[in-house]
Amino acid sequence: MLFDALSLQLGYNATLVTLGAMLLGMAAGVGGTFLFLRKRALVSDAVSHATLPGVGIAFIVMVALGGDGRNLPGLLAGAALSSTAGLVLIDWLTRRTRLAEDSAIGAVLSVFFGFGVVLLTVIQTMTSGRQAGLEGFLLGSTAGMLRTDAQIIAVSAALTLALVLLLRRPLTLAAFDPEYARATGQNVARTDLAMMGLVLAVTVVGLKIVGLIMIVALLIVPPVTARFWTERTDGVLLIAGMLGGVSAYVGAALSAALPGIPTGPIIVLVGFALFLVSLLFAPQRGVLSAVLRHRAYQKAVHLRQGLLAVAQGQQIYERLTLRLLIRAGWAKPDGVATEQGRGRAARALLDETRWQIVRRDPALEAAAALYDGLRDIETVLTPDQIATIDARIPAPRAVKS
Amino acid sequence: MNGAEFVPLSLVPMLIGVCVAVACALPGNFLVLRRQALIGDAISHVVLPGIVAGFLVTGMVSTWPMMLGAAAAAVVAVIAIEAVRRLGRIEPGAAMGVVFTAMFAGGVLLLELSDTSQVHLDVEHALYGNLESLIWLDASGWSSLVDPAALKGLPPELGRMAAALLGVMLFLAIFWRPLKISTFDEGFARTMGVRTGVLGLALVIVSAMAAVAAFDAVGSIIVIAMFICPPATARMLTNRLGVQVALSAGLAALSAVLGYVLAGYGPLWLGYADSVSAAGMIATVSGLLLMLAATIGPHRRRGGAAIALSPRAVPRAPRP
Repeated sequence: MLFDALSLQLGYNATLVTLGAMLLGMAAGVGGTFLFLRKRALVSDAVSHATLPGVGIAFIVMVALGGDGRNLPGLLAGAALSSTAGLVLIDWLTRRTRLAEDSAIGAVLSVFFGFGVVLLTVIQTMTSGRQAGLEGFLLGSTAGMLRTDAQIIAVSAALTLALVLLLRRPLTLAAFDPEYARATGQNVARTDLAMMGLVLAVTVVGLKIVGLIMIVALLIVPPVTARFWTERTDGVLLIAGMLGGVSAYVGAALSAALPGIPTGPIIVLVGFALFLVSLLFAPQRGVLSAVLRHRAYQKAVHLRQGLLAVAQGQQIYERLTLRLLIRAGWAKPDGVATEQGRGRAARALLDETRWQIVRRDPALEAAAALYDGLRDIETVLTPDQIATIDARIPAPRAVKS
Repeated sequence: MNGAEFVPLSLVPMLIGVCVAVACALPGNFLVLRRQALIGDAISHVVLPGIVAGFLVTGMVSTWPMMLGAAAAAVVAVIAIEAVRRLGRIEPGAAMGVVFTAMFAGGVLLLELSDTSQVHLDVEHALYGNLESLIWLDASGWSSLVDPAALKGLPPELGRMAAALLGVMLFLAIFWRPLKISTFDEGFARTMGVRTGVLGLALVIVSAMAAVAAFDAVGSIIVIAMFICPPATARMLTNRLGVQVALSAGLAALSAVLGYVLAGYGPLWLGYADSVSAAGMIATVSGLLLMLAATIGPHRRRGGAAIALSPRAVPRAPRP
């Protein structure tokens, strides 16, 4: 059953929903990347909550005009209008008043949502217009989706994705260096507007599948996840798009195959699982690799300090240092250095002495900046330079008795 | 509006609404000033899995397990956001977005998978709350306020919310000075010996407690709106913190009463028979108040602009 769903063999409608969700996930991942890079991830939260009153008003208007309240394009148009109003208000509050952006976002999101709920209670008491299922916009519902609905979602998600890819150059530039973008003649305000338009489009298209509360996850989670895997913007875009697509595809397929599993939450949770895996296991920025790097560094420091102590004839009390020296074969279990260990210690001491001369010499400032207590000086200076430094090491003198 | 109708049906929900609004607005002042306004949003989303888990573990629709679950979820969320931010080196907004959407999704999934259909536990209820249903059946009129038998039948939410409000007020009263200093100048506060990290965490936890207590009674919309709107409105009316906090409490209470009345009686005045969502209306009213202050409030502009605009403050050049 699950395999049937993943290989799109559960009938035309399920296939359309799964593919539409995948396109939506890709568009959201790519569009959300710019929001994330511009450090405005939570604006999407306000945008999505602000769709609710628009859906309500559109429903009431369509019924009042004698139509069917559940006409999807009409509802989506209403959603787009009211979340545009929300965006304009956030912008106005942030620029014209002393409120910080997060307060503006929170105020708009709660008030619009509250007003939307008021409208929903109005609609609940209306006798005409088949209002059942309107709550699906809160949490997403694919169950009551008509074939035309699924087609609308698939087509508009594809359009949105194409638009993002077309606009990615100016969007990237505006996200990273708005000053430079402005200097090269780009209209940054218009680019920002385009970015918000994309977010709006993704949000509105995603309402029916993921629901207005969880569409935020599709915009935020894939870019954050992608950031773990690459340092390049195009990389983040590509990976975020893929992650968004995969989460939505797998989530939609799971919910089609297993009864009782709602689509929106499962898509979000698949995306979150991918995030967790990346947080833990990504090669450069992941937690595991950071721990490993830390351990390696710790080991190197302990060994070096242990060798220096041996060279100066000091007793080693630090347990980890002792264990590392013994494991390397440089000390015996009682803490006495082996032949090989004494050789290593002498070399470490020589290296440290050379470094001290380098760090005192203003002429070698560039090399001295590389000192970290671990690096061998041979990796920094040429043999000739080392020879001149060695000449400055004071020769051993006999101790007068 | 006579007592026989008002006291049993409207008095208690209105009082609870006022308690919720003020309990959220008071810590909200500091959250807004510290640019942590969206903590309220995050908390109100993550308590859902806590409530569901509390129900599933104990198997009963009693308040305490659910509230404990919600509080635990709020604490888990605060820790998780901090962990994601530090371990993944991700900016706070995005970290918050990742954590609260995932926890909310988990809550919804848990709710759909578990058989909770026989009890009144659904997502809509958690979001909207239902303030209107907290009626005082034992009351018969104003005289019930001094009748011990009738007072016993008060909805327990009222007592809980009043206790939460008291707790919030005590916290602010005790830590007023360190809170004030660390909000405006964290470095200075640290040199004064204030443990700003602990204080910040305490503020978030107190806010979470207020949110959880309120959530049970009135749903999440009011909570988010009251954390932000009344403090933001008050901030545009004054430059003094003490005045701002007092004003925010007043505005919150005003929103609650006005919102409740408009939700209950507004449609009647317009000729409709049914009332609308009180929680939604309270949020709407607080938003309208905020818009009003943002348009005409005396201190609506950023730092000093208001002073520069007033003609008296501009020094006039001496005439030759």
